[in-house]
Amino acid sequence: MLKPGEFYQRNRERHPPALTRDYKTSVSRSPQYSLISLQNSVSETTGPVFGHNDIDPMDRDLIYNYAQSGESAIGERIILHGRILDENARPIPNTLVEIWQANAGGRYRHKKDTYLAPIDPNFGGCGRTLTDENGYYYFRTVKPGAYPWRNWVNNWRPAHVHMSIFGTAFCQRLITQCYFEGDPLIPECPIVKTIPDPEAIEQLIAKLDMNATIPLDTIAYKFDVVLRGRRSTLFENRLEGN
Amino acid sequence: MPQKLHYLAETPSQTAGPYVHIGLAPGAAGFDIYRQELGWDIAGPDAKGERIRVEGIVMDGTGSPVKDVMLEVWQANADGFYAHPEGGGDVEDGFSGWGRVITDFETGEWGFDTVKPGPTTGRDSTRQAPHLNFWIVARGINIGLNTRLYFEDEPEANAKDPVLNLIEWERRRATLLAKKSERDGKTVYRFDIKLQGEDETVFFDV
Repeated sequence: MLKPGEFYQRNRERHPPALTRDYKTSVSRSPQYSLISLQNSVSETTGPVFGHNDIDPMDRDLIYNYAQSGESAIGERIILHGRILDENARPIPNTLVEIWQANAGGRYRHKKDTYLAPIDPNFGGCGRTLTDENGYYYFRTVKPGAYPWRNWVNNWRPAHVHMSIFGTAFCQRLITQCYFEGDPLIPECPIVKTIPDPEAIEQLIAKLDMNATIPLDTIAYKFDVVLRGRRSTLFENRLEGN
Repeated sequence: MPQKLHYLAETPSQTAGPYVHIGLAPGAAGFDIYRQELGWDIAGPDAKGERIRVEGIVMDGTGSPVKDVMLEVWQANADGFYAHPEGGGDVEDGFSGWGRVITDFETGEWGFDTVKPGPTTGRDSTRQAPHLNFWIVARGINIGLNTRLYFEDEPEANAKDPVLNLIEWERRRATLLAKKSERDGKTVYRFDIKLQGEDETVFFDV
């Protein structure tokens, strides 16, 4: 029987490098020495396991999970859904997906956000869910607004949802951002442009998904995420030390 | 005709940004939304082994504290087993081995309570010295940084550790050693992380 083995090495050319001068904050927060490359040990091939006792079903519904009774968040109602897969195109079931975002006006519910757009009293801005047995996840939320940020004087973030995904191993841990098809701010954004590969940027743009749209109710965007895959142990590679 | 390989490519990383707390620690962002936040109890009440506190600060290249950083920790229990189907053995009920830590917004100091892990199995019949695995994200960090904390009071195990020994420059290995002290009868390990500059912490491509 094939045993799960090591993870494929991360292709760093698809990721942003640590130092990206046009995203100014990275300049003093980027290590200057090379990363030391490790072959996997049990410390990397294992990772936290979450269950349905950890979270509530309502946590995935950002329109209602912070709303007063009988009220809902303001904004364009969207379903954000997709699959969490590995590089072998295998679904990753039962993995934790967490999101956070600005409200429809581009304002975050955070003590450090001082943008003049108003807080929506019925919108918290975070959600979480576990993928099902097919690696499928879904959230209901409002489409976040664009907002200005201090980098150059006139930088605007495209509408985006932050997403955190675990996988089954600590070496698969990933935080990324999901953008929305057709947003003209995407190619302008210094944070998007930290990614050197245009094809990799395309992977971060959720597509309008008319078939998942609920007529007269909620529009849908599809966003699949790929985590690192792992090889099968064909011949003993002594990962487990025997 | 050439055959094609049908692999997918990993989704690229983007910075966690300054508002990571909203999603992953909303209480710190200033609001109460979930029945429970995740990652605040690493060891649980029944874990064997020595109870310890781990504290530190993350510094940028100017020597200033990074106040909006989030750290995650992943560790074995006192027997050297991870809470995972491939983790080597059973762990105590309530032991998750995973924690999520944010800083004090004013000072940049962070800290958490856990148990000291045991040595774990390494590659090729080696033993890994007791260590905590860290993953660090923040505004200005484009892809999460992996590092390890080792314990300065484990000199023999550290000397044989296969990962520490991979680091060519011996003086850089010291950046991964947490310093031990006592406070109110409790063992405290101090682990300051330097993102850049003199004595830059060793980070790993795992």
